[in-house]
Amino acid sequence: MGWTRKDLLAMRELDASEILLLVDTAATLQEIAGREIKKVPALRGKTIVNLFYENSTRTRTSFEIAGKWLSADVVNFSASGSSASKGESFIDTAKNIAAMSPDVVVVRHSSAGAAQLLARSLPCSIVNAGDGSHEHPTQALLDLLTIREHKKSFEGLSVAIVGDIAHSRVARSNIHGMRKLGMTVTVAGPPTLIPPFVQELGVKVAYRLEDAIRDVDVIMMLRLQHERMTAGLIPSLREYSRYWGLTLDKLRMQARPDVLIMHPGPVNRGIELSPEVADGPYSVILDQVAKGVAVRMAVLFMLAGSKGVQA
Amino acid sequence: MNLLIRNGRVVDPANSLDDVQDVLISSGRIERVGRDLAAGPDTTVLEAAGKLVCPGFIDIHVHLREPGYEYKETVASGTRAAAAGGFTAVACMANTQPVNDNRSITDYIRAKAAAEGAVRVYPIGAVTRALGGAELAELAELAEAGCVAFSDDGRCVMNAALYRRAMEYTLPFGTPIISHAEDHHLSRGAAMNEGVVSTELGIAGAPAAAEDIMVARDIVLAELTGAHVHIAHLSTAGAVRLVREAKARGVRVTAEVTPHHLLLTDEAVRSFDANAKMNPPLRTKRDTEVLVEALADGTIDCIATDHAPHAGSEKEGEFDLAAFGIIGLETAVGLLLDRLVKPGILPLATLVSRLSRDPARLLGLPGGSLAPGAAADVTLIDPGATWTVDPAKFQSRSRNTPFGGWSLTGRPWKTIVGGTVAWE
Repeated sequence: MGWTRKDLLAMRELDASEILLLVDTAATLQEIAGREIKKVPALRGKTIVNLFYENSTRTRTSFEIAGKWLSADVVNFSASGSSASKGESFIDTAKNIAAMSPDVVVVRHSSAGAAQLLARSLPCSIVNAGDGSHEHPTQALLDLLTIREHKKSFEGLSVAIVGDIAHSRVARSNIHGMRKLGMTVTVAGPPTLIPPFVQELGVKVAYRLEDAIRDVDVIMMLRLQHERMTAGLIPSLREYSRYWGLTLDKLRMQARPDVLIMHPGPVNRGIELSPEVADGPYSVILDQVAKGVAVRMAVLFMLAGSKGVQA
Repeated sequence: MNLLIRNGRVVDPANSLDDVQDVLISSGRIERVGRDLAAGPDTTVLEAAGKLVCPGFIDIHVHLREPGYEYKETVASGTRAAAAGGFTAVACMANTQPVNDNRSITDYIRAKAAAEGAVRVYPIGAVTRALGGAELAELAELAEAGCVAFSDDGRCVMNAALYRRAMEYTLPFGTPIISHAEDHHLSRGAAMNEGVVSTELGIAGAPAAAEDIMVARDIVLAELTGAHVHIAHLSTAGAVRLVREAKARGVRVTAEVTPHHLLLTDEAVRSFDANAKMNPPLRTKRDTEVLVEALADGTIDCIATDHAPHAGSEKEGEFDLAAFGIIGLETAVGLLLDRLVKPGILPLATLVSRLSRDPARLLGLPGGSLAPGAAADVTLIDPGATWTVDPAKFQSRSRNTPFGGWSLTGRPWKTIVGGTVAWE
């Protein structure tokens, strides 16, 4: 059993064995972070371009570190200060970059389907680092790795994903990944932030925070974007925070003592998470960030590496 | 010069005819339809055995893009596409640049059509100045200049009071108001249908309600004013129900449907190919079933393509940023024959009627019939020809179709406009 895909575009298209292969590989690569010399030669001579059309600090840095620890040459391309600001189309920019023969292009873009568009147009491997509200597969993979490290297995676990489900690529990728690995998923938020027909993706829906977080193994809180208020989806951040913000009190009253609190970042402290929860004993938020590097190493290695991991 | 079309299967729903007969054309008009007609000395004979001979097809919803967007389409290229697709007449929408909201633009389009058009062209005037939705265009003068209907197509006139006045003002002209029914608040930011597919893809969707609400409003306004309101590109089961109910009560409402709303669903968006992006968006399988049924039973009066040419650069990029719309003139007949008539879903005579007699009646246009004295606009079809849609071969200046590569049986064979072969 091995990896056969040219690209990593969406959790929806992966089967359980492919997801586990990536998670297992990432698990073995984690120890590199603890080495004195954080470098293995697995991708020496390979070129990775981070093509980021949306601002991102953590994801881009995570991919960059992952590539460098694997000895690849990593080039960052961000839309500001580039040809994009001079009016060049996305496809033209991508084709120009492809002409420089990269092995992998990691793309972040505000349009759903941007990674699919590149995969169709370019000969190199494409990694989707977030396309609009569609998918963010490496985030889901690092979430899965984090969950397994703490809960030992996936089968039968229950997860609540709370917040702006409608606009969340993290939610979509996690729903697909978690369902394929046998987990039960509940999405929760005010109805205006729950996309229509979401039950058809195999999840339950809760409209009260207490209902969502009771008895689950994992609570994943999502970032609330301020734009949702001006779009008329919520009345105010204050009200959102009151009903949907996770506080220590709510946790202690409703959640299990061994619950994991996750967040894809960046956290709006005091909105969806109180600081005591974000920094508290249940939180594995920084652990998620650490595992992000291992997951991205695994993905880059699967797409660009030669046979035999030299970890 | 005379033309005798011999031994074709004449399908002329306006005259309840479906039989192997001859059609004699003289001086640009239908002279006679009957068996074993004699060819005079100066008569060209067209052997049409095995072919379908129909009243010329009329597409009442086309964007010819001229003036202003000649890089997408021109009157010349768009009418060539129409002729190649078996259409003998088109009505063209007002969202050109400048907008067809004053008679000089109407005159320009008509002059272009007279000089370069391969088929008849009927301009549709704007309801509001610059399609701004704020002030009425000079509707009387537009009607006098030859506009056959009024529409802000591409946008909905959100101001019901203004729309009411447009309906009232145009009553004496006998020109329908064509509604692009879309509540822009409900559809804000949408790039596809709102449903399970949009939820999965994370693309903002327009709910069917955005269309249904405006169809309901326009039906109510038609009742209030007595105007004839025609609903463009009906796409939802709910809108069908509203139109059906209104017609039963005698409201002057008519409706059209596009081939793509009959044949495709929002599942096509999963490819992120912007050729699956149009407005109204592709809906669900249930909607397509209801639309086909409504087309068959006459709730939907006619088929129109909403031919909307766009350059490659406007359709090849990010889905949410791409232009709305696809071209349809050169694929409609083949698609409908292959996907609706061949499997027995829609009778051939009904299809022909929805493409000829019904749109002609709806806009009060000449044509739609092979009765003696009628203009000799004839669409000839080879029902057995199997072909593959190849956008590279289109007459249109644009290539934006989701049907490239489809294998179809049945295609236009020759298109005759005013007794002259416009395409073969």
